[in-house]
Amino acid sequence: MIEFQQVTKAYQVAGREIPALHSTDLTIEAGQVFGIIGHSGAGKSTLLRLINRLEEPSSGRIRVNGEDVTALDAAGLRRFRQRVGMIFQHFNLLSSATVADNVALPLRLAGELDRGQINQRVRALLERVGLSDHANKYPAQLSGGQKQRVGIARALSTEPSILLCDEATSALDPHTTRQVLQLLAEINQELKLTIVLITHEMDVIRRVCDQVAVMDGGHIVEQGQVTDVFLHPQHPTTRSFVFDDESDEQQADDFAHVPGRILRLTFLGESTFAPLLGQVARATGVDYSILAGRIDRIRDLPCGQLTLALIGGDVDAAMALLQASQVHVEVLRT
Amino acid sequence: MSELFTNIDWYDIWIATLDTLLMLGGSLLFTVLFGLPLGILLFLTGPRQMFQRNGLYAVLSLIVNALRSLPFIILLIVMIPVTKLITGTSLGVAGAIPPLVVGATPFFARLVETALREVDRGIIEATQSMGATTAQIITRALLPEARPGIIAAITVIAITLVSYTAMAGVVGGGGLGDLAIRYGYQRFQTDVMVVTVVLLLVLVQILQSIGDRLVVHYSRK
Ligand SMILES: Nc1ncnc2c1ncn2[C@@H]1O[C@H](COP(=O)(O)OP(=O)(O)O)[C@@H](O)[C@H]1O
Ligand SMILES: [Mg+2]
Repeated sequence: MIEFQQVTKAYQVAGREIPALHSTDLTIEAGQVFGIIGHSGAGKSTLLRLINRLEEPSSGRIRVNGEDVTALDAAGLRRFRQRVGMIFQHFNLLSSATVADNVALPLRLAGELDRGQINQRVRALLERVGLSDHANKYPAQLSGGQKQRVGIARALSTEPSILLCDEATSALDPHTTRQVLQLLAEINQELKLTIVLITHEMDVIRRVCDQVAVMDGGHIVEQGQVTDVFLHPQHPTTRSFVFDDESDEQQADDFAHVPGRILRLTFLGESTFAPLLGQVARATGVDYSILAGRIDRIRDLPCGQLTLALIGGDVDAAMALLQASQVHVEVLRT
Repeated sequence: MSELFTNIDWYDIWIATLDTLLMLGGSLLFTVLFGLPLGILLFLTGPRQMFQRNGLYAVLSLIVNALRSLPFIILLIVMIPVTKLITGTSLGVAGAIPPLVVGATPFFARLVETALREVDRGIIEATQSMGATTAQIITRALLPEARPGIIAAITVIAITLVSYTAMAGVVGGGGLGDLAIRYGYQRFQTDVMVVTVVLLLVLVQILQSIGDRLVVHYSRK
C-alpha cells in the first residue's frame, strides 16, 4: 500500500518556487493497477517520482507498506528502491550493454545473488517477456516494443512489490501499446504486483487500471474506480479525457430539435449484450431513436453507453424496466 | 635518392622516434590517470548534475581554463623548476613528461566532462531508481555509456600530445621535434626536417585510425 499524506512538491527554479504538486492525500491499495491521467504538466511524473524519491517532497509524508520512505537515510533509500521497479517512456536502457546485461544490472548492483543465480533469473525473465532469442542483442537492434519489454524485465529482476510506469507506452504505436499493456496486466495478476502508471491517454487507463486519479494543475481533481470515472466522469478535465472534448452543452444543442425525453443509459457487464431495448419498447409501447453511443471494454468488463430519445407510450414504465435490468439511467432532458 | 638524404643519420632518427613514443606514452598515461577523475568531478559538480556544487565547479573551471589558455611553450618554461623537483631533471624524456601532463590534463578533463554530459539523463535516473550508489552509477552506467566519447577524447589528446612533444623538443625534451629544429631548422638540413615531419604525420594517422576503430567498435547506438 502506498499512502500520500499532505504531500507537496515545489521545484526551485532560479530562486523561484514552482509548485508542481499541491497538498495531496492518496491511497493506493496493494495489488492494484492504479492509473494517473492528466494533461502534460499536470504533475503526474512529479507524483510518481516522489514514490521512489527521485524527487524529494517539499512537505508531507509518503508511506509504502507502512514504512515512512520520506524518513529513509541514503542506505535505506537504496534498499527501498531495490524493491520498487520503474519503467520509462524512453526506456532508458544502457545502450552499451546487451539485453541480458541490462536485465541483470539491478541484480548486480544489489550484489545479493551469485552469477549463476543471476543468469538463471535473467533467462526466466526474458522468457516471460518473450525475448529469449534477443538476449545477446544491443538495445539499438530492438523495436520500441521490445525495448520496453527489456525495461519491464529489468524492472522486475529484483522481484519488486511495486512497479512505477512513467508514460511507458507513450512512445509506442497503438498495436504495440496494447501488447505492452497486456503484459503489464498479466504481470499484475501473476505476481500480485502493485502497478502505478501515468499516462495522458484514457485508453491506457481503460485497458489495464482498476483505479484512476485525474490530475490537473498539480491537484488530483477526481479519483475512483475506472468503471465509475469512465462512465460517469464529474470534473471537466475528466470529461475532456472521456468524451474527447465534446461537452454536454454541445450535445444538448445537437439534440435540440429531437422530440421526446432524452436519456443516457449505461450498460455494464452482461447487460451490454442483452436485447433489452426491443423488449422494453414492446412492453411499454415507447419508440426510441439512438442519438449517440459507445460500446467499450474496461479491462475485461464490457460496457456501453447510449443516448436515446423516447417518444410515445409509457416512458416512465420504460425507465423503470431499464433500471430493473441493471441499466444505469440518467435523464438528460425531460 | 641517396643524394637527397645524405644528411640523414637513421640511427639518430630511430632514437628520436623512440623518445617521442616514450614521451607520448608516458604523458598520455598520466594525462588519462589525472584527467579522467578530474573530468568526472567537473561533470558531477556541474550545473544540474548529481553533486551540483557551484563554488567548487567555478574554482575547478577557472583552473582548467587558466591552464588551457596558457600557451604550451610558456608552460614548458614556467614548469622547469617544478619538473626538476619531480623528476630531478628538466631535460630528456623524463623532463618533458610533467609539462606535457600539466598541459594536456585540463583539456582532457573538459573533453571527458563533455562526453559524460552526452549520456542521456534518463539512464542516470534509471540507474538511481534501481538503488545504485553514486560510485555504481559512475562505473556501471556513466563510464560504459560514455566509452566511445572518452575513447575519442583520448585520441584527440594523444594527437595533441604529439604536437606538444615536438614543442618540448625545443627546450631539450629530445624526440623528433628536437631533431627537426636542430638539424632541419638550425643547420638547414631540409631532408631531416622532411623525414621527421613525415614520421610525425604517420604517427598521428596511426593514432587517429586506432581511435576511430575503437570508437566504432564500442558504439552500439
Ligand atoms: N526538474 C524540474 N524543475 C523545474 N520544474 C519542473 C521540473 N520537473 C517538472 N517541473 C514542472 O512541474 C510541473 C509538473 O511537471 P510534471 O510532473 O513533469 O508533469 P507531467 O508529468 O504531468 O507532464 C510542470 O509545470 C513542470 O514544468
Ligand atoms: Mg511526465
